[in-house]
Amino acid sequence: MGSAHEGTRHPMTGNEMSGSSRGGMEHHTFDVVVLGAGGAGLRAAIAAHDAGARVAIVCKSLLGKAHTVMAEGGIAASMGNVYPDDNWQVHFRDTMRGGKMLNNWRMAQLHAQEAPERVMELEDWGALFDRTDDGLISQRDFGGHKYARLAHVGDRTGLEMIRTLQQRAVALGIEVFMECTVTDILKDGDRVAGAFGYWRETGRFVTFEAPSVVLATGGIGKSFKVTSNSWEYTGDGHALALRAGASLINMEFVQFHPTGMVWPPSVKGLLVTESVRGDGGILKNSEGTRFMFDYIPEFFRAETADTIEEADRWYDDKKNNRRPPELLPRDEVARAINSEIKAGRGTPHGGIYLDIASRRSPEFIRRRLPSMYHQFKELADVDITAEPMEIGPTCHYVMGGVEVDADTELSAVTGLYAVGECSGGMHGSNRLGGNSLSDLLVFGRRAGESAAAYAVSTASAPPAIDPVDVKAAEASALAPFDVAADAQGGGENPYTIQHDLQQSMNDLVGIIRTAEELSASLGAIEEFKQRASRMVVEGHRQYNPGWHLSLDLRNMLLVSESIAKAALAREESRGGHTRDDFPGPDPVWGTKNLVVTLDADGSGVDLHEKPLPEMPAELRTFFEEPPAAGEPKAPSVEPVETPEEGKQS
Amino acid sequence: MSYDLKMRVWRGDSGGGDLGDYTVSVETGEVVLDAIHRLQATQAGDLAVRWNCKAGKCGSCSAEINGRPRLMCMTRLSDFDESETITVTPMRAFPVIRDLVTDVSFNYEKARELPGVELGPRDADNKRRMMQVDVERGQEFRKCIECFLCQDTCHVIRDHEDNKQAFAGPRFFLRYAELDMHPLDTHDRRALAQEAAGIGMCNITKCCTEVCPEGIKITDNAIIPMKERVVDRKFDPLVWLGDKIGLRNKDNDGRVEP
Repeated sequence: MGSAHEGTRHPMTGNEMSGSSRGGMEHHTFDVVVLGAGGAGLRAAIAAHDAGARVAIVCKSLLGKAHTVMAEGGIAASMGNVYPDDNWQVHFRDTMRGGKMLNNWRMAQLHAQEAPERVMELEDWGALFDRTDDGLISQRDFGGHKYARLAHVGDRTGLEMIRTLQQRAVALGIEVFMECTVTDILKDGDRVAGAFGYWRETGRFVTFEAPSVVLATGGIGKSFKVTSNSWEYTGDGHALALRAGASLINMEFVQFHPTGMVWPPSVKGLLVTESVRGDGGILKNSEGTRFMFDYIPEFFRAETADTIEEADRWYDDKKNNRRPPELLPRDEVARAINSEIKAGRGTPHGGIYLDIASRRSPEFIRRRLPSMYHQFKELADVDITAEPMEIGPTCHYVMGGVEVDADTELSAVTGLYAVGECSGGMHGSNRLGGNSLSDLLVFGRRAGESAAAYAVSTASAPPAIDPVDVKAAEASALAPFDVAADAQGGGENPYTIQHDLQQSMNDLVGIIRTAEELSASLGAIEEFKQRASRMVVEGHRQYNPGWHLSLDLRNMLLVSESIAKAALAREESRGGHTRDDFPGPDPVWGTKNLVVTLDADGSGVDLHEKPLPEMPAELRTFFEEPPAAGEPKAPSVEPVETPEEGKQS
Repeated sequence: MSYDLKMRVWRGDSGGGDLGDYTVSVETGEVVLDAIHRLQATQAGDLAVRWNCKAGKCGSCSAEINGRPRLMCMTRLSDFDESETITVTPMRAFPVIRDLVTDVSFNYEKARELPGVELGPRDADNKRRMMQVDVERGQEFRKCIECFLCQDTCHVIRDHEDNKQAFAGPRFFLRYAELDMHPLDTHDRRALAQEAAGIGMCNITKCCTEVCPEGIKITDNAIIPMKERVVDRKFDPLVWLGDKIGLRNKDNDGRVEP
């Protein structure tokens, strides 16, 4: 076998200058192919390499540009550097409660146990975290975390993380195929045989033959109009997994981050880090009221301050005071902001005020939040050390993703792994801030190791790519160029369809949902599918964003349908899924996951219910501990008992 | 409020190209990248442009705007008069692939030539200790978003293609300085900075600092101190003598060459 490199391909970037239209096919052979070069993909590739596998990373952008770079706040890990009382059990409990108990308990457990060592590894590889007075890695407060727990570098932690992992991967000599998009997972019978894709730069096709493929493609936010996500977030991994025969879970749970910029229009949706609130920032409506005190849910009442005085004391004395309500989990804060705006108490640009200027010194703000200071100054002419920011909810993260085994990240398809945002289960119905970066590291490493181990085990009879499948993948990728030729009257512009889809998802599948609107959205998605079949792209195959979008759009449509279908079925409100027509949580729904798979003709998805995995008794005790001294006992909103086996179909 | 913006955008590939004239409807508060995106969505579907975060954090949308190397996402239209024509061209120091997209693989090659960090063992309690004041210098350099605008503007490579072999450029001097100032790193990369990376060719005109969208003081805080350290190693007579007679070289903090 061996890799048949084209003579003129650049050894590092894979860049090739020839733009020959339908020329030859490039072919490579590896043990493990990782799709995506964010935190999860890089960590998986490093682990697979360390396990002795020949590894390739394939990514849509240049190396170092993935969305991880946008993460601001920090990496949640119970290192106990600031509060020695912190440990994995507390982190586990916070994570499960933040996800409203719908998390895969085993993933939440592994995540809490392994995150501290994964952070230390980053330091070994050159990351320069902010320090405590003792010289240890500093940790900051964030919503839903009992203790200050986020390892951070100012408010640019994601940049530090991706650069550290990137430099590590480069030092190890891992091959990176940049600006290369995978459009199909290829199979040999029931197992993965590799991946098919194209070079963005030349439009030429390429196949990667490999027994293991790790999906680390990130999220789906680009299906929504107001989002903090970049163009890459088109749900590629979600859709590739569905088409390969794997399943997705928890797709109804989409996180709307409470604080995105609302003005100017060009940056609407751009993230404003939760660290602003962790470091003392508060939310006010147009009447100047600190409204979060009116939105404390029963579930968190026992651990949340109910007076301004107590909330303000908490920053300095966490033992004797409860957390400010601004630091409730993101779903709670986003809903509250949404309600205030709807009630007519919004700002001139349709947001809410986030104020740190009146609470911290300009020096403190510039030191702790340098990139927020820069972002508002440069893009909105707002000096956040002198005036409040205007913010509103923005689509930020999808909790749902590929259903995987907690320990190995293996999907339902042999050889296909998923990790990071494109996998599901870990965060339940709502993710706590800071738990994403740690998720990428913990499960990235696990996925890389298991993918490498499996690949080695196939050495005597490796799977092979079927040329017929390659021909089919090629035809499918070129279809948008051929539409105009048929008699159906081609001519739909992919940019217009994308725009309409984003508007529709924002209006009908957004932060507050109803059965009527969700049904309407499913109808709209069917129409978009019809229009997408008539898409036509201009120009040729060399670096043609119109063509690239037309291919990504198929994934966006499949993922949007998954979200809308699951959201319509789940008749309750929980975490990142709020139904106006079913406003409370339902204990029965609290015992099951919704799973989607590709339907029979491959154009849409089918929905199934599945019982939530049962938490062992020794972990259940963490949710039954008596309240700390001075705290009233919280009335239990929903039972944490898991269903008896066989009770759910 | 919207108005019609006149734009000139370079269209073409490695074989050559030209400035195309366009009129794009834009809104107050938008940035150059918004105008490019609208152009792409409505008039030129195949216009090639790199971008990701649209927030000045990923460094993908580097280009030359009216001749000046800048990020398109951080260049506000309000910086220009509404009647002014905005000209957008690809970074000139790198070969064009198509339209505004250039082949920046030079930078990835240089990154591979640079040995990474090599720390000693952790402390007995499995943690590491570094003081905030000691990590802050390196942290300034690690703000780099790898937009490569400093590389684009550096005349050592911008105007002299043949220098690329022997010269790593400001982005990588930043990296050398960062590693050199890491409190726990054990490597001495001064010989590499001098010989393989060609730091001596930099004549500190500070053009790189001027275009850095992160405001990193590349010349003052990284290149000049690094040049001084390199010179110490090479020309300090005491160090030279110490080396010759086998005394421990105190100048390198116990670091060893990789």
